[in-house]
Amino acid sequence: MAFFEMTRLALKWAVTRPATSRYPFEPRRPMPGSRGRLLFTRDSCVYCTVCAKKCPTGALSVVRSQKKWGIDRLLCITCGYCVEACPKKSLSLETEHGTPTVTKDRETW
Amino acid sequence: MSRTIIPFGPQHPVLPEPVHLDLVVEDEKVVEARPSIGFVHRGLEKLVERKDYQEFVYVAERVCGICSFIHGQTYCQAIEAIMQIKVPERALYLRTIWGELSRIHSHLLWLGLTADAVGFESLFMHAWRIREKVLNIIEATTGGRVIFGSCKIGGVRRDISAEQQQQMRKVLSEIEVDLQEVTKVFLKDSSIQARLCGVGVLSSADAHDLGCVGPMARASGLSTDMRRLGYAAFKDLHIEPVVKTEGDSYARCAVRCLELFQSIDLIRQALDKLPEGELAAKVTGNPNGEVMARTEQPRGEVVYGIKANGSKNLQRFRVRTPTFANLPAMVKLLQGCDLADVPVVVLTIDPCISCTER
Amino acid sequence: MSRDHQFEVIRADQLFGAVEQLRARRARLVQICATSLPNALELTYSFDLGSELTNLRLEVGKEESVPSITSLYWCAFLYENEMHDLFNLQVSNIAVDFKGTLYNTRTKFAFAGPQGKAAGLGIAPAGGASSAAHATGN
Repeated sequence: MAFFEMTRLALKWAVTRPATSRYPFEPRRPMPGSRGRLLFTRDSCVYCTVCAKKCPTGALSVVRSQKKWGIDRLLCITCGYCVEACPKKSLSLETEHGTPTVTKDRETW
Repeated sequence: MSRTIIPFGPQHPVLPEPVHLDLVVEDEKVVEARPSIGFVHRGLEKLVERKDYQEFVYVAERVCGICSFIHGQTYCQAIEAIMQIKVPERALYLRTIWGELSRIHSHLLWLGLTADAVGFESLFMHAWRIREKVLNIIEATTGGRVIFGSCKIGGVRRDISAEQQQQMRKVLSEIEVDLQEVTKVFLKDSSIQARLCGVGVLSSADAHDLGCVGPMARASGLSTDMRRLGYAAFKDLHIEPVVKTEGDSYARCAVRCLELFQSIDLIRQALDKLPEGELAAKVTGNPNGEVMARTEQPRGEVVYGIKANGSKNLQRFRVRTPTFANLPAMVKLLQGCDLADVPVVVLTIDPCISCTER
Repeated sequence: MSRDHQFEVIRADQLFGAVEQLRARRARLVQICATSLPNALELTYSFDLGSELTNLRLEVGKEESVPSITSLYWCAFLYENEMHDLFNLQVSNIAVDFKGTLYNTRTKFAFAGPQGKAAGLGIAPAGGASSAAHATGN
């Protein structure tokens, strides 16, 4: 039974720099390997529909005949399955997360 | 003596996840507790009919937010056992490292919540400050802080490079020093001892009869640890379960504190022995057969019963999580405890209700 | 871990005796689960004997009742109530009987329907509501 065990810890952290960062005034830097927003390069896509088949949540929709590629950002879980599956390497995950949105529409190219 | 019924939950500052208890109280002593769950029931066991077995890893990981990696790992192990896939050694070691990191972050989360439940908020903040460092390692190596997304059937999806391993060792040494300071407060401070000692005593015979698992059973003297079954890389690593005999909440807190150091030691052993090799084995075809896979989550033993019949969708997916096994013990411990001890007793089983009601 | 493949098939009337024998050998109850088959329910009772898993498997018809093992293992009440709430399994003499209020779901007996892709996720009220709206619209 000891009293004031916490004193040493409390005094030490009273004089050191805070462990928290002053978000949102200081932006948060993600790590190099973080999984953020999905990026699509239209030029290399051949509309093979493999990414749409592999997507676990059904966020991607590809129509080959009309050459349309669409994504529902709110369904995407940034797992990266489509990135691994794409034969032309037209998909990649950037490290930053997307900005918040207030509407539920699909983005189509 | 008249009885009052006090509803506890589902919204309560001390609960990490919603559970409802009707406490029948006689003059500040709880006579009976009736649980009622179903607030986060998502019917995940039935979702298996819609998603094919390879995509289902993502659903299995999202059964719970705190113990998510080991859910994904157990699912992959079960399917690999049915399909007789040989996972490369490097993948097994990487899974072990991530599993132990997951255990460290889960125990730190629990320590923070317990400190908050007894009113020691600054200690809660310190425990979570250390947890941030662990989450940063996890994000650097897997890409996500809580949902790792790095297990797949046949192996793992990502590698841990040599510089990441160096960085991991450095951060683990810093964490070890921090942990020694914080666990000293947990184990020695008088206010924590006054709230935790003697509360919710579970004898060893009761723990066995009620089917307790994990730190709950180990704090009552039962030496059970599913990691000794030798799955993943545990066949090459030395495990000695941390056992205490008093069986009260303080003993459970002590078991979890000591397991933190055991996990850091296991990660170092695994990093030293990490072999070179492939990251995943090729998977073709559909599973056909039935298996029960068991692993050790931070809260105890999780059982995955998977039945497959040769098609792309599994026939049955059954998860028995450790909190489900510890709930009867919680109901029994609540009988006869003081009203002010209810938050401590509820937290002492480490309730992960979203696991319980997938 | 993957050695646990043994499933001992028994009949419903042999269940209590088999569980009594396991209790005499100090087995620990691990889990009880139910699987919905086209015309029956398949139950699996798992016990742990010194880190080996023993599974008892039995098949009961959808209207049949199973005796409760809570007199031997009190903790089984949670599993039996869950099976009753999700699969509509009749279990007699449960020590702590919630009578269907353990899982407060909108659809009762959500997993009791037929397995398979056409079954959907038990969202019968949505289908019922839309057909009711259709009827009032007409």
